[in-house]
Amino acid sequence: MRAVVTVVGKDRTGIIAKVSAFLAEKKVNILDISQTILQDYFAMIMLVDLSSCSVKLSDLADDCAELGREIGMSIHVQHEEIFNAMHSV
Amino acid sequence: MFNTSDVLETINMIEREHLDIRTVTMGISLLPCMAGTAEKTAENVYEEVCRRAGDIVKVTKDLSLEYGIPIVNKRVSVTPVSIICAPFAEKSYLIGKALDRAAKNLGIDFLGGYSALVHKGMAEYEKKFISTIPQTLAETERLCSSVNVGSSKTGINMDAVRVMGETIKKTAELTSANGGYGCAKLVVFCNAVEDNPFMAGAFHGIGESGTVINVGVSGPGVVQHAIESMPSANLTELAETIKRTAFKITRAGQLIAAEAAKRLGAEFGIVDLSLAPTPARGDSVAQILEEMGLETVGTHGTTACLAMLNDAVKKGGVMASSKVGGLSGAFIPVSEDAGMIDAAEKGVLCIDKLEAMTSVCSVGIDMVAVPGDTSADTISAIIADEAAIGMINNKTTAVRIIPAPGKKVGDSVNFGGLLGRAPIMPVHNQSASKFISRGGLIPAPIHSNKN
Repeated sequence: MRAVVTVVGKDRTGIIAKVSAFLAEKKVNILDISQTILQDYFAMIMLVDLSSCSVKLSDLADDCAELGREIGMSIHVQHEEIFNAMHSV
Repeated sequence: MFNTSDVLETINMIEREHLDIRTVTMGISLLPCMAGTAEKTAENVYEEVCRRAGDIVKVTKDLSLEYGIPIVNKRVSVTPVSIICAPFAEKSYLIGKALDRAAKNLGIDFLGGYSALVHKGMAEYEKKFISTIPQTLAETERLCSSVNVGSSKTGINMDAVRVMGETIKKTAELTSANGGYGCAKLVVFCNAVEDNPFMAGAFHGIGESGTVINVGVSGPGVVQHAIESMPSANLTELAETIKRTAFKITRAGQLIAAEAAKRLGAEFGIVDLSLAPTPARGDSVAQILEEMGLETVGTHGTTACLAMLNDAVKKGGVMASSKVGGLSGAFIPVSEDAGMIDAAEKGVLCIDKLEAMTSVCSVGIDMVAVPGDTSADTISAIIADEAAIGMINNKTTAVRIIPAPGKKVGDSVNFGGLLGRAPIMPVHNQSASKFISRGGLIPAPIHSNKN
């Protein structure tokens, strides 16, 4: 199963390092990353593979939201299908 | 890989614009529960509902976390209770109470289907069943009731319309301690649909399969935001944008509906293409109409704006879902929509204008509070007017009206939560009693003869 991790917030050093280390710990494999700065705001989108992930997607989403609160960013993890459904015909 | 702006758009819709799945409703057939006595039937009903919908809260919570989209309500609709209680109609309340207990056990907020279909005639057992509605609604918490009094194919059963005016009055009296709250759980329909996921009018039609999942989506805030971003666009351009927005909202609904059905071992029923407001600011259908260019909803131009909105929502949504049904359209419940409440309090939005609006949208005079001394005949006449609009225009119409005990114009009644706060709206004082007392059937319109 694949999911999309979105990290949005004020830009500063070490965001990618923190998030990717956290995902590695849960055995989440990063397939693709794109990162942009939108009006001083950092926006990173990762496509990840959860087939070896040590926790359920719903728990991973909870844990990542918590990590986001710790580092002052907004982090979402969502099943990729919600974006496929809403943005492709 | 996904486009960054698409991903951020979805997240924005959910976080800032109140995009959500309004309801995942499981329809359950109660026909296998029928037994020789009311007591045994009630026992069977309780067990069947708890068994079939046992996981609904857990499954919707998981889906909500996995897909990152809130699922606001989990609900159940059942076969119209008047059908399964026909041999012991005077004891129908036992089934009503069993259903209420099942709803509490499941942890869902509403369960619909304490219903009767009397659009052509009322049998003795249906009369007895309807007479149990006020007391049953007063003694239960989460049970919702509906009665279908007319259809485009059969005409309007005016005897049932008269009885429902009285039933609404009685329900208000028996729940007067809570502002007539029972009436917020009671809907009178014309052309009721069998797969509606929305309360209070949901029931599981007898043409439906055993267990189905119907989903209602919502996103007035998303549509409002889309319109806000194009202040100088003409109406053709606005309609296109609304269509595109409705498509995205509905696709989310379709995805959740299919997945919920799979996990709950039910059939995927339909997605209801709806714009359902909540009392929260920024989640209002009235504010969409005002964004389109009206100073206050209810003024001249409101019906035209609403007609365009409603049609564009359907056109966008219909391609997004493999099965569309339910009530599908923009809802205009007054107490559940911050913009409607404001307009009613200013005196701009009146019942007559609401009635006109219901001829171009879903669903009817909904969550409207009127003075406590409004007569049963006046309420019946309001029902008759709405039913006539539904019958002639081949659409569903409904009345959910609260004659708030002891209240008068200028007061308001607060039901809390999603049901919101209803300002008391004036009704005409001239009597329609003679018309209502005539009874009989308003015959079906000529265009119902299509064979």
